[in-house]
Amino acid sequence: MNTPCIPTVRVQQEDFDLSEEVAALTAGRRDVGAVVSFAGLCRDENGRLTALELEHYPGMAEAEISRIAAEALGRWPLTGLTVIHRFGKILPGGNIVLVVASSEHRRAAFEAADFLMDFLKSKAPFWKKEHTVDGTATQWVTAKDSDEEDIKRWK
Amino acid sequence: MKLVYFAWVRERIGRAEERVELPTNITTVADLIAWLAARGEGYAAALERPETIRVAIDQEHVEHDTPLPKDGEIALFPPMTGG
Repeated sequence: MNTPCIPTVRVQQEDFDLSEEVAALTAGRRDVGAVVSFAGLCRDENGRLTALELEHYPGMAEAEISRIAAEALGRWPLTGLTVIHRFGKILPGGNIVLVVASSEHRRAAFEAADFLMDFLKSKAPFWKKEHTVDGTATQWVTAKDSDEEDIKRWK
Repeated sequence: MKLVYFAWVRERIGRAEERVELPTNITTVADLIAWLAARGEGYAAALERPETIRVAIDQEHVEHDTPLPKDGEIALFPPMTGG
């Protein structure tokens, strides 16, 4: 009999450590057969960017990620789920987002992590602003139509 | 009613939040956006394409035809780009 999985959701400025978060979902357990992690990092877009600045809606960011996590737990038999999203200024190479999903068998963990990321992109209230190397005016990242298409995969 | 703004909606309006008294004929999210857009240049610039504006009532996503609550926190923001 599986105990209900309570997801961990954190919205924070500070960095996270992927291996620590994976360890937290597996330590002392004998029922976990699969752990899938996804980390999203800041890239410099071929040297164009010096940083990304992430604005968020405090309160709603946590609430919305928790709603998405609850939806995932209803769809897949997970043994653990951790979602961390950072805000503030993040340099190229730095971490932005982490999803770790664990389960008895791999398919549930793979699919849940994929689902979480698709919904985080379109539903979690975060906005990225680009800081460029040439010092021109900062610019907001535009949402892609493909982001909306991605969430339709899960209907 | 408390209004909060994020990202380029916040920048164009020129403030992060404000309190407003809504006329009684403003009953839906779409009404609110149209009413705000007529409040000045910054508002007009922020809301010139209403269909791009995303809205949350008390920190939950809603559609533009959603009725407004009597009181609460309404957030207006661009499509999200997290993850």
